[in-house]
Parts: sequence; C-alpha cells; structure tokens
Amino acid sequence: MKLKKILPQLLTLLFIILVFGFFTMNAQENMGARGLEFGFGFLKTQASFDIQFSLIDYDGSHTYARAYLVGLLNTLLVAFIGIILATLLGAVVGVARLSPNYLIRKTASFYIEFFRNIPLLLQIFFWYFAALRALPMLEDAPMLLNSSFMTIKGLYAPAPIWTNFDVFFTTIITAMIIIFFFARYAKKKQEQEGKRLPVFFISLAIFIFLPLLTFLIGGVDLSWSYPVIRQMSQSSYTFDGGLKIPPELIALTLALTLYTATFIAENVRAGIQGIGKGQKEAAASIGLTPNQVLKLVIMPQALRIIIPPTTNQYLNLTKNSSLAAAIAYPDLVLVFAGTAMMQTGRAIEIVGITMATYLTISLCISLLMNWYNKRIAIQEK
Amino acid sequence: MFKYVKQLTSLVAMVAVLFAFTTETMAAKKSKTLKNTMKKGFVRCGVSQGLPGFSNADAAGNWTGVDVDVCRAVAAAVLGDANKVKFTPLSAKERFTALTSGEIDILSRNTTWTLSRDADLGVTFVGVNFYDGQGFMVRKDSGITSTSQFKNGISACTNIGTTTELNMRDFFNSKGISYEPVAFEKADEVVAAYDSGRCDTYTTDKSGLAAQRTKMTNPDDHLVLPETISKEPLGPVVRQGDAVWEDIVRWSLNVMIEAEEYGISSLNADAMKVSENPAVKRLVGTEGELGSYLGLDQDWSLRIIKQVGNYGESYKRNIADTGILPDRGPNNIWTKGGLLYTPPAR
Repeated sequence: MKLKKILPQLLTLLFIILVFGFFTMNAQENMGARGLEFGFGFLKTQASFDIQFSLIDYDGSHTYARAYLVGLLNTLLVAFIGIILATLLGAVVGVARLSPNYLIRKTASFYIEFFRNIPLLLQIFFWYFAALRALPMLEDAPMLLNSSFMTIKGLYAPAPIWTNFDVFFTTIITAMIIIFFFARYAKKKQEQEGKRLPVFFISLAIFIFLPLLTFLIGGVDLSWSYPVIRQMSQSSYTFDGGLKIPPELIALTLALTLYTATFIAENVRAGIQGIGKGQKEAAASIGLTPNQVLKLVIMPQALRIIIPPTTNQYLNLTKNSSLAAAIAYPDLVLVFAGTAMMQTGRAIEIVGITMATYLTISLCISLLMNWYNKRIAIQEK
Repeated sequence: MFKYVKQLTSLVAMVAVLFAFTTETMAAKKSKTLKNTMKKGFVRCGVSQGLPGFSNADAAGNWTGVDVDVCRAVAAAVLGDANKVKFTPLSAKERFTALTSGEIDILSRNTTWTLSRDADLGVTFVGVNFYDGQGFMVRKDSGITSTSQFKNGISACTNIGTTTELNMRDFFNSKGISYEPVAFEKADEVVAAYDSGRCDTYTTDKSGLAAQRTKMTNPDDHLVLPETISKEPLGPVVRQGDAVWEDIVRWSLNVMIEAEEYGISSLNADAMKVSENPAVKRLVGTEGELGSYLGLDQDWSLRIIKQVGNYGESYKRNIADTGILPDRGPNNIWTKGGLLYTPPAR
C-alpha cells in the first residue's frame, strides 16, 4: 500500500533526474568537443565595458560580477518604481471605473481597454521614440520648478548634497518605529477604553518634525547641486552637476506602469464588486460613516480578492522589464545576458545565472505577497 | 597454425585495401561538415540582420554583399552552385552560439577577428575579407570635424555585444573624456536614437557608419570623422575542430582575392585556361591538383571565379557601386597599395 503511494513519486523523480542528466551530459560532451569549458571564473575578470546608468560605483575596470550587480540593481529599480506607480494608478483607475460620474467612469474604461490591448514592446517604443523625440533639445528646454529640465537626453534635476546624512536616516527609521508602537498603543487603547486617538495626524507630525529637528540640533544640512548647461560644440550641449535620469528609464517606467496599471485596475474593480451589496447596507445601518464602511468593511474583504491576481501582475511587471534591452536601458538582460555574454561567450553560464536571478526575484515577490495575503485573510477564531 | 596465418594475411590485405580507400577520400571522410553539406545540398551560412554592402536581403529575399559572397564561393566550390546557400540572419549576440551549436557552418557576418574570440569561443577565424576600423559620426551643424574636439559629457550611441563598446571605452579613457554610453541591442534602434538627437555621436565600424548614414532622415546632415580608433579585421568564422572545412572556407576566400591579383575575373576565366602563367592555370584548374587536397574536384576554384567573381568584382558590385565606400583604401590588393595579401594557392 505504501509502495503504491510512493512509486509514482519515485518514478517521476527518476525521470526528472534522467532528463537533467541527459541534458547536462549532452551539453558537457558538445562543449568539450568544441573546446569550450564550463565555469564561472570569468566573473572575476575585468569587464572592460562601461554602463550608462548605475546605482553603484562602476566603470569598465570592475569585474563582470560587478557588472551583473549593476544590471540587477537597475532591473530592481525599474521594477520597484513600476510596481509602486502601477499600484497607485491601478487603484485610482479601478475605483474610477465604478464612479457614479459618467465621464470619469468612461475615461477609466477607455484607458484600460486602450493600454491593455497594445503589445507592451510597442508601447515601450512609443514612449521612447515617439514621445521622447517630441522633447526639446537641451538648449531649448524650459526650466521646470525653477530648477529642472526635461530634455531629449533625460531629466536633469537638482541633486541633494547631504551633510551627516546618517543622522538624518537613523532619525527617520526611529520615527517609523515610534509610529509603529504608537499605532499599536492607540489601537489597544481604543479596544480597552473606547477612546479614539487621532492616529494619522500624530503619526504625520512625528514623521515630519523628528527628522526636521536633526537640522536644528543634529548638524544635518541639505544643499542642492543644480544642473548647469554647458556648450560642448556648436550644436550640442550638456548639463553639469545635478541629478540625471536617463530617458530610457523614464520611457520604460512609463510604459510598464501604464500597461500593468490596467490589469491592477481591473483587479481592484473586481475586488470591490465582489463584495455583496448587503455588506455595505448592513454596515451603513449600524451607523458607520461611508468612509468607515469603505475602510472597515469593504476594503478588508476586497483586498482578499485583489491581492492574489495583483501578485501575478507584479511578477509580470518585473519580468517584462527585461524588454528594456530594446531601448538601451542597462538592465540585467542588456548588461549581463547581452554585453557580458557577447564579450565572454559563456552563453550557458550567463543564461543560467540570469534565469536563476529572475526566478529568485519572482519568488521573493511571491513570498512577500503571500505573507501579506495570509495576514489579511479571514482569521477563523 | 597455417589456418591462422591465412586468416592473418587476409586481414592484413583487407586493412590495406581499406586504408588505401581511406587515404583517397580522406579529406572528405575527415570533414563531417563537408559530408553533411554535400548530403544536405546547401551551405548553411550565418549573416547579419541587414547591413548594406556586407549582407543585406532585398524585397525578394535575395541576399547580397561581400560577406554573402564568401558563402556563395564556398557553395560554388563544394556544391557547384553559388546559389545553394541557406542564409540565417543573426544578431551580434546570437552569432557565435549559432555557429558553435551547429545551426550554421560558416559565420560570415562582419565579425572582428580578435584573440579572445579566436581562442576562447570554440571558433576559428579563417581570414580577413574586409579591413575596417571604428569611427565616429556626428551632426554637421555641431561644427565638429575631429575627435579632438570631443568634450566631457558627450553621449555616444552604439550596439551592445560588439568590440565597439570596448574600443569606445579605451578611446575615451585614453583621452580622459567622460562620456555616456548608450548601447542598444539592434542597429536600427541605434540609428533612430542618434537621428533623434539622443546622442551626440554614433560609433561603430566605419563601413557600418557609411552604410547606416544612408538610413538617416537627412544623410547629408551627418559626417563621419576622419579618425579611426581601432583595427577591425572582419572575416568569416568556422567551428573549431574541422580542419578540412576550415581550409575549404579559407581557400575559397583566398581564391577570390588571388584571382583579382592575377587579373582573372568572371568574364575572362575560361579564356585564362590557356594562360602561360602557372599561377593563373592553377586557379582555373588546368594545372596541379589543388582541389583534391581539399576533398573537392579540379574545377572548384574556376567555379568560384565564374559564379561569384573575384574579390574586386564583389567589392565593386556590393560596396563601391552602392555608394557606401567607393574608395577601396586598405581593401585593395597588396600590389595596388592595399592590405589584401594571400598565401599562394599552390
């Protein structure tokens, strides 16, 4: 009886091992026949190529391993910004689709239908080549907010220059910890005494004033480095100083956000509509305000419907960010599975590492969202 | 005892016969690629995704270019028909993998011969069919006429996965100029980005710059700077481990170059059969047995010259007459001041 249960599993395992073994043997044999060696030693050699945009210190004298890290961080950056923006936009549009206002409702559904049904790669090309080409050259760019310039070569903004940034940073973390405990205290107090504290405003005050205090007594100072235009030749200019955000990052973020937000908006709409009308009416009948109804009754239940499919969209956004290679945003695929693979010829190793990396990122997002999903799930008591 | 001796003799005889048979067609036997090519009936050739003058397909799907002609020469030599070639367009990233994995048998795709590629990728470069060098293109209205006028902060568009990225770094570092590299996966996007003003300069092989300039909105607004910052010997590549096939490809290219040197062209090849010059006679197949060394027949080189033409004809047809680089520069025969010098076919 026990054997009968285990046997299929054993056979499957054996099959998988055999398949993997076959492919490994095959690859080894063929690589050997062509004088190729398998190994990861190349990661320690000098990369010799520069990367346009990097979050960490990098130039061509660093190793391939460092180039990999640059690509990975760039991928994570665009995924992070994209996920946040897409979530915000998706939530707004999703609610707007249910708006009683005809114009808002129809605009939201038009936006969803339009952006959802055009291939993402086309949208990336559109934002990069069509929309960005419409931007002015550097010398013609108007000044925005008295400090920034949006040009065809990217967004030039003032860069913050900190003194004693570590003090400021620690204070922010401390403020967040204080807020966390304060919120727990406030909740307990309400449960025990029925007294409600203005949690939101007090938290906001802590979050703003505590870090501000460091400027007065902590020796923290903030000054700005403004971009200054400089002529390079008769017709070309550049900006010195300031912070430069490349147009490739802007176009990619824009395209990923607008595309993924449509799916998230539909999830949000489905979540809200998935809650029975009776819930709302019952909540209203016990005297909750419309705000409380949404916050205490509808949203906790709707989130349970929204989170799982939205996790999928987060994963999609992260994976879709690999389309960056088409418009020269130096993400993991362009830098590592592109340039590095070409320069070293280590196709199997590099594709393997890249696949494992994406898998790891996806699993991390998945784990995080599953944890959140579990937290908001119905707690059977 | 006697029985064994008899058996042994017959065995020796058999081995001897077998051995004799083997030596006769050893070249063909030893080369798996040659055997497979003959069996399939076409040469599998990897080319670019469209670089005018080197490998470019027209609307009807006919490939032309100097790189394409190398594959056609091999097809003419091995299969007797220059048209029996299957072309596979490859990106810079895919090319070596396609070759080492056996998807193609010749990579003829404006590929730079470097030590690391030759030694580390499991491939072998068989020769040079175009001497190129990396250059820069700028907009004319920038007033820049030399790379010495480049200033800090210049942004340069280019392709990924090429020697270009490495040369660019060497160049800017040696000049102490800070620059912004903007590297795209495909050439079309590089051209579009540079054309729109995203970059101040576009850098790649000079032949590539000349060819891509024709794709700009206003080709006359752009200028290729005179400086050459690198050596880029471009040539056909084969898989490592098949020496006979390697020889066939190498000598197919050499025949084209040497034919030009001795003034043999597709038009006069037959007439040259009665030439007094033994070097000419060897190339048109009336003297020596050069083909047999490669496992081919006697007329292999004559077919290359008649069907594809000599190197000069190929250059004129693909690069000069199309207006890409009318001046042959280093890509001329050594006797005319160029760099094309092949070992003698004898």
